[in-house]
Amino acid sequence: MADDGRQLKPAAAPRSAADDEAFKRELVQLIPHLRAFARTLCGDPAAADDLAQDAMMKAWDARASFQMGTNMKAWTFMILRNQFYSEKRRSWRQSQLDQEAAERTLVAVDDPEAPVALDELRQGLTMLPPEQREALILVGAGGFAYEEAAEICGCAVGTVKSRVSRARRALHAILDEGNYDRDGASAGDAMRSILADAERLSTVR
Amino acid sequence: MDEARLRQQAIGVRLRQMFDEVVNEQVPDEFLEILRRADSRSSENG
Repeated sequence: MADDGRQLKPAAAPRSAADDEAFKRELVQLIPHLRAFARTLCGDPAAADDLAQDAMMKAWDARASFQMGTNMKAWTFMILRNQFYSEKRRSWRQSQLDQEAAERTLVAVDDPEAPVALDELRQGLTMLPPEQREALILVGAGGFAYEEAAEICGCAVGTVKSRVSRARRALHAILDEGNYDRDGASAGDAMRSILADAERLSTVR
Repeated sequence: MDEARLRQQAIGVRLRQMFDEVVNEQVPDEFLEILRRADSRSSENG
């Protein structure tokens, strides 16, 4: 592969062992983040690690095209995401959710600062459309700026902003409905029927 | 609405925790193994 590269692009400076070493060091530091992002895409930890490994190797093979000093984290996340979608890997089972109805049923909670249960959050995330989920994860958990997330997802910055904001509202609605249910207080009928529908649809198949 | 903002913050905190939980897991040896093999392959060829 190195020989081919030299023949095709004779003007390019040859890659030194030091370049590879620097690239590898940075790539190794990104592995935990690639695993975390893959986990949010795949749901299943083993499938996520397969995806993260494939993305890591794709990045390594493409190292000649990476400009050192630019954002390697965003670059590798983009590779991982493309890999995921190009192979149409198995994702979380998508629950059905009438998002607009969910957002309309936003309810007040007793204590808005009360901690959110982790399993409820995971469940809530599965109910979001995939493009909203990934936008929210990248910006809300991955620490990417909207511009970087837009680059990773291959869409406009405004699109990312709107996906993140819709995802936040929907998640809020989903989670707080859950809180009301658990407390035994009366739950919004609209939301309950949506969830029942979602359950029915996912078991019928 | 202030309450909604606080709620969003609580959700955001948990979202980051969920992500960081995986980030903080020990990376399986397999990852470094695969990379090491690829690296030695390329230095043999180069």
